[in-house]
Amino acid sequence: MTPEQHTAKAPLDTDAVIDQITRFVAEETRTAPDADQDLFTTGLANSMFAMQLVVFLEQTYAVTVAGPDLQLSNFRTVKSMAALVGRLQAQAAGTDV
Amino acid sequence: MDEPLIAIVGAGVMGTGISTLVVGQGLPVVLVDIDQGVLDRAATAVRHGLRHGQLIGALPPGTAPGRLRTTLRLQDVADADVVIEAVTEAPDRKADVLAAVSALVSPGTPVISNTSGIPIDEMAAWVKDPGSLIGTHFMNPAYLIPMVEVIRGPRTTDPTVQRVLSTLTRIGRRPVVVRDAPGFVTSRLLHPMINDAARVVSEGTATAEDVDTLMQGCLGHPTGPLRTADLIGIDNLVDALEELHARTGDERCRPSELLLEKVRRGELGRKSGRGFYSYSEAQS
Ligand SMILES: NC(=O)c1ccc[n+]([C@@H]2O[C@H](COP(=O)([O-])OP(=O)(O)OC[C@H]3O[C@@H](n4cnc5c(N)ncnc54)[C@H](O)[C@@H]3O)[C@@H](O)[C@H]2O)c1
Repeated sequence: MTPEQHTAKAPLDTDAVIDQITRFVAEETRTAPDADQDLFTTGLANSMFAMQLVVFLEQTYAVTVAGPDLQLSNFRTVKSMAALVGRLQAQAAGTDV
Repeated sequence: MDEPLIAIVGAGVMGTGISTLVVGQGLPVVLVDIDQGVLDRAATAVRHGLRHGQLIGALPPGTAPGRLRTTLRLQDVADADVVIEAVTEAPDRKADVLAAVSALVSPGTPVISNTSGIPIDEMAAWVKDPGSLIGTHFMNPAYLIPMVEVIRGPRTTDPTVQRVLSTLTRIGRRPVVVRDAPGFVTSRLLHPMINDAARVVSEGTATAEDVDTLMQGCLGHPTGPLRTADLIGIDNLVDALEELHARTGDERCRPSELLLEKVRRGELGRKSGRGFYSYSEAQS
């Protein structure tokens, strides 16, 4: 699966991001999560998988997760990950102009 | 030892994880290997591990990482306050490295082996000062697992034990000291269990996934034995089982055919991208 690259000029469609992240989690855990489901307390994700999620988001959406953003609460649910991606992309777009 | 310098010999799975732990706790590390490619990969893996540790909240927030220096020269361990040997689980290799290290460091410097199960007193024959030799059994990933088994050999001195315990406390670990025996406590229990899990799979009783799921769901194992095998590295697992088998005679420690076959095929676990499970590049 190679999701198309998004650029800062074509703002992300949150639903599409939620979809892609859900597919990634489903492939890796063999369980399709709800967008609001806490992946960690429901045992779908563990500490090793958490880092995989970081790398997946960085590679798929060309963002860098660093500093205070690098904390588990941002990766608990598919929705929180999509929100993080949206925010990081908006920041990147903001610094581009 | 306000800011002790820790030297680590062997930059594989464990050397890398222990380096991540130590620099993540703000202390400097000298990391030695015989292969420049391994050292380059280790430096990248440490950067990745520091992010992983931060993500999980396993490293102290707001601590500037200590300096990581990688080197091919074993002589660079000479100034260290503590040396940790984490080379391949092969007695002849460990003998060479431990003999050389013990001749380089200043008297009284603790020389630690991170062996999975070779008795400390057997290794004491290889070093200049058996009193300074001690075992620590960090688990992988060392920067995520807060507990460390410490093995006191019959000849290990009190000051050595004290210095190692205070170093471990300084890097946020909780030590438990045990006596010397093949496999100590954790490998003596874990390694034959993983070996049996591989046999269960090759006998067709269940898939690797189902074995792990049952061990997690029914017995509270955090990841399951076969995911643990992949995390350890199946080559190292086989080496450690062979050393255990040679010293205990326990048939449960004779590496199972499935593990041997995986090593022959280069399916070593996370470190090679495939073992009992497949790992994308993002995972390793
Ligand atoms: N993998 C684990 O989960 C685990 C857990 C606890 C303990 N251990 C023990 O830790 C030790 C290291 O295991 P690992 O899994 O990191 O092995 P590994 O195979 O990943 O790495 C071993 C490294 O040692 C290096 N090396 C070999 N000879 C050397 C020498 N003469 N000088 C310097 N470097 C040398 C190799 O180049 C390699 O990079 C072993 O004793 C192992 O049994 C492993």
